[in-house]
Amino acid sequence: MPPPSDANDAQAGPGTAALSIRGLAKRFGEKIAVNGVHLEVPPGSFYGLVGPNGAGKTTTLSMATGLLRPDFGQALVHGVDVWARPLEAKKLMGILPDGVRLFDRLTGEQLVTYAGLLRGMDRETVVERTRDLLRALDLTNDAGTLVVDYSAGMTKKIALASALIHAPRLLVLDEPFESVDPVSAANIRDILGGYVQSGGSVIVSSHVMDLVQRMCDHVAVIAAGTVLAAGTVDEVRGDATLEDRFVELVGGRTTSEGLSWLRTS
Amino acid sequence: MVAHLLRLKLLLLRNSLRRSTAQLIGVILGGLYGLGILSFLVVGLVFLGSADVELIRTVLVIGGSAAVLGWIIIPIAATGIDMTLDPARFVTFAIPMRQLLTGLVLGGLLGVPGVVTLIAALAQVTTWIRYPAAALAALVCGLVAVLLCVVASRLVTTAVSSMTGSRRFKDVNGIVAFIPLIFLGPIVGGVTAGFQNSPGFAASLADVLAWTPLGALWAAPADIAAGNPALAAVRFLIGALTLVLFLVLWSRTLSHALVTPPYNAVAKRAGGKIGWFGRFPATPAGAVAARALTYWFRDPRYFASLVVIPFLAVLLYFSGGGSDGAFAFLGPATAFLLAWSIAADISYDNTAFSLHVSTGVTGRDDRLGRAAALLVFALPVTLVFTVLPLLLTGRTEDLPVMLGLAIGVLLTGAGLSSVVSARYTYNVPLPGESAFKTPPGTSFTMFAVQMVGWLVTVLLVLPEITLAIVYFVTGRAVFGWLTLLAGVVLGVILLVVGIRTGGRWYDRRAPELLLSVSANR
Repeated sequence: MPPPSDANDAQAGPGTAALSIRGLAKRFGEKIAVNGVHLEVPPGSFYGLVGPNGAGKTTTLSMATGLLRPDFGQALVHGVDVWARPLEAKKLMGILPDGVRLFDRLTGEQLVTYAGLLRGMDRETVVERTRDLLRALDLTNDAGTLVVDYSAGMTKKIALASALIHAPRLLVLDEPFESVDPVSAANIRDILGGYVQSGGSVIVSSHVMDLVQRMCDHVAVIAAGTVLAAGTVDEVRGDATLEDRFVELVGGRTTSEGLSWLRTS
Repeated sequence: MVAHLLRLKLLLLRNSLRRSTAQLIGVILGGLYGLGILSFLVVGLVFLGSADVELIRTVLVIGGSAAVLGWIIIPIAATGIDMTLDPARFVTFAIPMRQLLTGLVLGGLLGVPGVVTLIAALAQVTTWIRYPAAALAALVCGLVAVLLCVVASRLVTTAVSSMTGSRRFKDVNGIVAFIPLIFLGPIVGGVTAGFQNSPGFAASLADVLAWTPLGALWAAPADIAAGNPALAAVRFLIGALTLVLFLVLWSRTLSHALVTPPYNAVAKRAGGKIGWFGRFPATPAGAVAARALTYWFRDPRYFASLVVIPFLAVLLYFSGGGSDGAFAFLGPATAFLLAWSIAADISYDNTAFSLHVSTGVTGRDDRLGRAAALLVFALPVTLVFTVLPLLLTGRTEDLPVMLGLAIGVLLTGAGLSSVVSARYTYNVPLPGESAFKTPPGTSFTMFAVQMVGWLVTVLLVLPEITLAIVYFVTGRAVFGWLTLLAGVVLGVILLVVGIRTGGRWYDRRAPELLLSVSANR
């Protein structure tokens, strides 16, 4: 895993946030998906974004990474405005989007190579890093298999490899652990941990509170398109576990009285 | 339960139409088209009643057999053509087999082909109206025949889908089975010629078909009209027994399919071979070209258009009256088809296109790569297809003018496609689906964009066309060479302009393009 490259970006001073989301908002027809989200991801942090289904996590991350044009607001990556200077901003980011297809008629190896070449990297570096990534993610034996024939977890891992190949300074990962087996998940956590230690920044979205509590140093709770709480994990959770705090913030717990007929005895 | 299945089918149809007005317009247009064919059929069948029994019999038996055959063949060619009531989706519900079968048969009737077949079968009652007994027989036989159509088609679908466990089989089958359909034109042409050459041909064809399950049910009323009820009974038995046999087979395969989930056997393969990625320049545009070219050979949706090209030659040769007519224009025709095939490139990518957006590929690189991948094989193919027919017919003096036309059309079309695919997206078969599947309600936008696009192509190559006409009228060689010059120079200019314009559009609208392709899923 290559360390994050130190692109000598004039604007990216030491105080600049790795990702700064300022009042992003998006509506689809009648539905307001994201309603003015503010987030500051400090450089070198491991940031968790948690929220119930349909809270607007994916929409927020898509707008922050230049995949979906926001109706309002701004997103800055190390001080570079994503929507004003998209090409520069995208160089600094590695993105794992959720719920999109891959070019799945390529082999795993070809897909990662493709992602590297699209970034304008030279061939030797691409070949070398592709090999390293496939080994680190335990995909070496399937490198020549078409991605369309991969299992869900393998597909997730190959997409992650495509996001890492250019050694970005910020990683934006939407649900990176979904359907990934425990061993691979632990490997990925190690990779990401090492990446953060060496100065990179990560923002992940997840439903798994436990994982976020163990892995992340910062967390934001988002529901119905608004940020309910944000800060370091300890600030947000207080004395309770993150899961209890999350349920308290988001609400919507129903007592299990409802399905009395489901009991077998 | 049966009513549930029918309501489900109607609900799925209605909801798929709700998603877009353009689709609704497409369905209405398709419906009008179907209605036109149907009224033509019904009127024809009514008028047929005034002909003599022998002629009625010949027409009904051949037409009816063709209908049954169509119901059997089309689902093989287009695997997944209508899987809204795919048995695999009912696996987790405990539906009794008998009710599932009834529901699926009636569900198969709901839909344009089902309704058209049913109404046409009922219309043949009026054909026999002069012979009351035959008309009654036509009603019964017609209904049984329609059932036979649906059951046969369902049997074939179920049998094929249980074979299509492996993705590779699905990929290959989708293309191979389509080839006979391409030749449908020449086959029909040959049969028509047979009719014209020997009047007895149709009658003897009908005689043979009348003894097969395809035509037996359509022939039975004619036997009654001709005063031979015993023969009619035998033919009815042939048809009815076939129906029963198909039902049993279908029920067997279906119950087998319900407990055998598709399994895709894949061999693990280590890496080391990066294919085209190692041959194209290691730049973003080179990578896009390598990816696109890989897809041309590996994605059945692209490969299908490659497979069609050689058959185009055969088709033009036969339908264009031998080697002198349309065949000489094989080169320009190929160039036209190939150049247009990248006009929906981003729609074919579907949401995989997000990789281009997230890596920040510039519009110029994206457009250039896709056009380059096309031209790498399209240019040689076009050249060969231009030169070969002229060599075969010994018209080598026409080489410059034809080359000019073909190259002009190819380069201009590729330029125009580069603009169009950066601006418009439409519903195309999704990755992994059959290349010949039309998404529900073929979009009206696609139709409109294509028509306008073809018109613009013709306008843009007007200089070459004009020069070619002048050449053919005056017969002076200089105009042939001028056509070649115009084709190459104007073609290159328009290609560059197209890539630039498309690139600028792409740079401005890439996120919007991504949003619009994600609507198709």
